[in-house]
Amino acid sequence: MPAVEVSNIVKSFVDKVVVNDLSFSVAQGEIFGLIGPNGAGKTTTIRMMMDIIKPDSGDVTILGEKLSESTKNKLGYLPEERGLYKKLRVLDSIIYLASLKGMDRRSAEEKANELLNQTGMLHHKGKKIEELSRGMGQIIQFIVSIIHDPELVVLDEPFAGLDPVNTELLKGMLFDLRNQGKALVLSTHQMNQVEELCDRILMINNGQNILYGDLSEIKARYRGNSVLLDVVGELGEIPGVTDKRTHKGYTELMLDGKTTPQQVLAHLISRGMVINRFEVATPSLNEIFLKEVGKKS
Amino acid sequence: MNKTLLIFRHEFLHMIKRKGFIILTLIVPVLALIGIGVFQLVSPGEPSVVETTTIGYVDEAGGFDQYTTQGYIELVHFDTPGDATAALINGDVSEYFVIPSDYLSTGVINRYTLERQLETPSTIATVIKNFLTSNMLAGKVPPETVYRIETPLDLVTTRLTETGEVATEQGGYGNVIIPAIFGLLLALSLQASSMYLVEGLGDEKESRLIEVLLSSVSPRQLLTGKVLGLGAAGLVQVVIWLASLPLLLNLASSTIGGFFSTIQLPANFLVLGIVYFILGYLLFAALSAGVGAISSSAREGQPLAMIYALLVFVPLWFASLLFIFPDNPIWTVLTIFPITAPIEVMLRLGVAGIAAWELATSLAVMVFSIIGALLLSVKAFRIYLLMYGKRPKFGEIIRSLRSG
Repeated sequence: MPAVEVSNIVKSFVDKVVVNDLSFSVAQGEIFGLIGPNGAGKTTTIRMMMDIIKPDSGDVTILGEKLSESTKNKLGYLPEERGLYKKLRVLDSIIYLASLKGMDRRSAEEKANELLNQTGMLHHKGKKIEELSRGMGQIIQFIVSIIHDPELVVLDEPFAGLDPVNTELLKGMLFDLRNQGKALVLSTHQMNQVEELCDRILMINNGQNILYGDLSEIKARYRGNSVLLDVVGELGEIPGVTDKRTHKGYTELMLDGKTTPQQVLAHLISRGMVINRFEVATPSLNEIFLKEVGKKS
Repeated sequence: MNKTLLIFRHEFLHMIKRKGFIILTLIVPVLALIGIGVFQLVSPGEPSVVETTTIGYVDEAGGFDQYTTQGYIELVHFDTPGDATAALINGDVSEYFVIPSDYLSTGVINRYTLERQLETPSTIATVIKNFLTSNMLAGKVPPETVYRIETPLDLVTTRLTETGEVATEQGGYGNVIIPAIFGLLLALSLQASSMYLVEGLGDEKESRLIEVLLSSVSPRQLLTGKVLGLGAAGLVQVVIWLASLPLLLNLASSTIGGFFSTIQLPANFLVLGIVYFILGYLLFAALSAGVGAISSSAREGQPLAMIYALLVFVPLWFASLLFIFPDNPIWTVLTIFPITAPIEVMLRLGVAGIAAWELATSLAVMVFSIIGALLLSVKAFRIYLLMYGKRPKFGEIIRSLRSG
């Protein structure tokens, strides 16, 4: 049973179609990246998943069923825009929001103390939310989104505003959750984080699916017909190479359509060249993103 | 625990701990207490027996030499106005008056005082009148007749029912006082609750907390919990105010004499008071939810909410006209118009009563208004809940409500 199954959802605001016939699924035990440029429809898609707004058409099932009060208790949500009751104390905020997820007060308090301790925030538990820094507030909100041991956690830009130490802390906690079999949906602009964390991705632009699937497969699909090379000595002429681009520390060889990287490697070895680096060029997710979004635009 | 109950409890506790709520709850009885204190300070009250006031008089007409003790006021005769003026300046008398020789034909009495006054104090005027009357009638009619001429009327009115029996409600200001006070408290409470609801929703929208809440509960649960939580807090506030009333009335009655002993509760007052409190609260909560939905922040919502929160006071602004012209059709309009109905009904119950058809129409209009306002507010809530930063124009709201 997939954690999330979204089928052909459409959402319009006034006359603008924000999400257009989008379908995807998220499996349990995976980190799923939802990526796209600003205004692509990511947050609207997440809000429809969370039943905060209704799609005009299409279906969303969460953990095998339509979202109900009991299903909402199995969801954790960290929205893009953060907010908590400013005048409320940290522990009281966490306990109240955890109680809305079906936790009783005692277990909520125990778990809150445990998570506050894990994130180094325990000594702040008596402070009012307004007394915390932005990053601290974000950690508290992250705790709120996972305190009730949800089966699906949706995180909209979870690393925005976090320092490197807290970013690493959060990443570690996300991997822990995945290892426990939870499904995580991550919406972010930070492609390096997606590459590091996500198993599968959905890239959307103008509310439509651009790329969807296993991250390594997508990257393989975009593997260009070029190799990155660092050799000792002059390269000279290599059959099948149409262009050479010199970068700092390596050279990129552009191959014609008929020559394979293996043939280039065989040629270099046959010439007895000392090879320090030979790599089939794979574009970064950022490059794929720029290429695809640019193409659609 | 049920999630609506959790929100109810959170909102209720959050509200009753707020400084603004505590201040408003305490300030009403405190202000009333201050009012009573000020009244006691400025009103002359019953003077003590030992403090007699001495007033001088000059009798140029002749024959005014008896009855010189009028209650606590002693009248002292002077031969000439010059003597009386000297005594006034010396402080021997607080004032004096001259009965001119042509008094019987003109009725003119000249009064002299060192104080600046808006008009002659009624006690002084009564003393002078009684002194003159008593002297003019002395020896001509029996003393009882003199007394009756001085106080000829103690009017006792009894209201009868249509069957000729004595009505349980006798009317008068004593009948109005409790409904008027309740109406004022109800208006204050409705205004405060509306503001708190708009502020609470605005804050949650502004801080984006609303998304976290809606990922846990439905909009219906959120709105119901909020409305009931704030309603309960409003009820606590009104109950505290009402509970302080007997104490305040006791204090006040020692000052304002027997007036408060005439206080009566109009028929159906308690039932209608509770019904209109609940209906009024629901209407204002529905309107406030709508305003909270279309406003992007508390700051922006409050001026909008102020429109109907001020309208609730309209019946109180015109209460004095209601007392003078209780049969004007404008009161029927205010009774039926749902925003002014709760307070207008309370006031009219005390003044002259309300026809059954008016009450029935008023209640029906209120119920339909609540249903309509709730439907529109829930719709607006769903449409504009996640809209931040910019308030929609009026035309856009109408269009989206019609199409949504």
